[in-house]
Amino acid sequence: MTLTKTLINVSDIYRFIIEFFKRAFSPPYEGREIVNQCFSIGNKSLFLVTFTSFLAGIVFTKQSQPSLASFGAESWLPSLVSQAVVRSLGPLITGLICAGKLGSNMGAELGSMKVTEQIDAMEVSGTRPFSYLVVTRVVASTLMLPILVVYSDGVALFGSFLMVNSFSDSGFLLYINEVSTSIALIDIFSSMVKAALFGFAIGTISCYSGYNSSNGTIGVGKAANTAVVVSMTFIFIIDLIMLQFLNLIR
Amino acid sequence: METQPNVTEAVVSTGGKVVEIKHLKKSFNDRVVLKDVSLDLHDRENLAILGRSGSGKSVLIKCMVGLLKADSGDIHVLDYNVSSLTAAKLNELRLQVGFSFQGSALYDSMSVRQNLEFPLKRNLGIYDSAQLEELVITALKDVGLERTIDQRPDELSGGMKKRIGIARTLILKPKIMLYDEPTSGLDPQTSEEINELILQVRDRYNTASIIITHDVSCARQVSDRVIALIDGESKLEGTFEELKATNDSNLSHFFNY
Repeated sequence: MTLTKTLINVSDIYRFIIEFFKRAFSPPYEGREIVNQCFSIGNKSLFLVTFTSFLAGIVFTKQSQPSLASFGAESWLPSLVSQAVVRSLGPLITGLICAGKLGSNMGAELGSMKVTEQIDAMEVSGTRPFSYLVVTRVVASTLMLPILVVYSDGVALFGSFLMVNSFSDSGFLLYINEVSTSIALIDIFSSMVKAALFGFAIGTISCYSGYNSSNGTIGVGKAANTAVVVSMTFIFIIDLIMLQFLNLIR
Repeated sequence: METQPNVTEAVVSTGGKVVEIKHLKKSFNDRVVLKDVSLDLHDRENLAILGRSGSGKSVLIKCMVGLLKADSGDIHVLDYNVSSLTAAKLNELRLQVGFSFQGSALYDSMSVRQNLEFPLKRNLGIYDSAQLEELVITALKDVGLERTIDQRPDELSGGMKKRIGIARTLILKPKIMLYDEPTSGLDPQTSEEINELILQVRDRYNTASIIITHDVSCARQVSDRVIALIDGESKLEGTFEELKATNDSNLSHFFNY
């Protein structure tokens, strides 16, 4: 029974994604609403992304410093931190924060619209709710995650610099120079691609669970919960797949 | 059970049929909700569908606008065969049919103004603020609530929400109105006001309407004709007084309340 249910869900999600691509590439385009959603996503996540990235930069630097110092390789600290942040920490922190913040928001918002018949009201008034509610959110999260990841990388590296500076009194320009020589263009590019995939996964899963919720308020809670849990799981799966893929091409 | 008083021609308006449903069936998994429903609706006619909660009344009107897909049967609305419409044609039909939801279904993230502007912008591509203002104010005046224009749905009472929901559908000038339990959860006075509004809408907008209700006073006040939906079948049909006079056991609990 559970297997059947899982297979039905997988096929439903597959159809949902196909529907997304059909609507996303056919007029009328929802440019105005996509911009609104992008602003909303950026606005909602900015504080949390800033806070967690800054702390992650500080903590990672502080934890790595003694190990490197024991090998006399303390000068490699900026290089180590920057590679860790850009390749993995930045996208992962941003992805998880957004999965929690945006996933629950989208799942609950659409779920509540569904159970109070607001989506049906849009449908019967001919206003194409799928394009307006789903396509805009998925496109916005796919576009905004890479931007947030670049921002998160910057904040984490700044936090790391403050820590390095407290150990060694090294200047900001020297730190930036160390960082820029240790990061390749492909690192930044792959991190942005990964972030876009995270954004797509968060948007699709959250909108799917909200848009198809039922059973009143219990259904809304379940939709929000599913959105967060499944999005987070998919973030780790995508991270692993991207890691394997990048190891092949590096 | 088979008693089916014919519709009194004098009461029903003389216009042509705008809705024709034949042998509609709809089930959810193993639960058959609509067994065999047939009905028609004439131009400028108010048809009340009376039935107990859970008798499939809402399912019936949701099938009419393609929100639910019927298992079998024919549904013709304004010459569109709903069962076989493409998405574009279905949208075309929906623009001509107003649907007032039981819970009003106002978009709670928007103000009353934005709720009414939404279908105008999305369907008619009207973005001119002066034109939007005029249309919104007119629709709100028609339901007597122009003062609520900048309020949010959570600041409105149940009756006000129902009126705003009706205004939002009227703004697209529909040819047919579908009311799903328009008076449920309202006090008698507000119910009376909503019933008055339903009659005013018919007169001002020349609409034909289907009113889904289990409220006998609503059916009596607004309907030209009543169909009783019993056990998923449209069994009794006639004017309110005709149905009341049948003394049918299935309807006794409605009329002898």
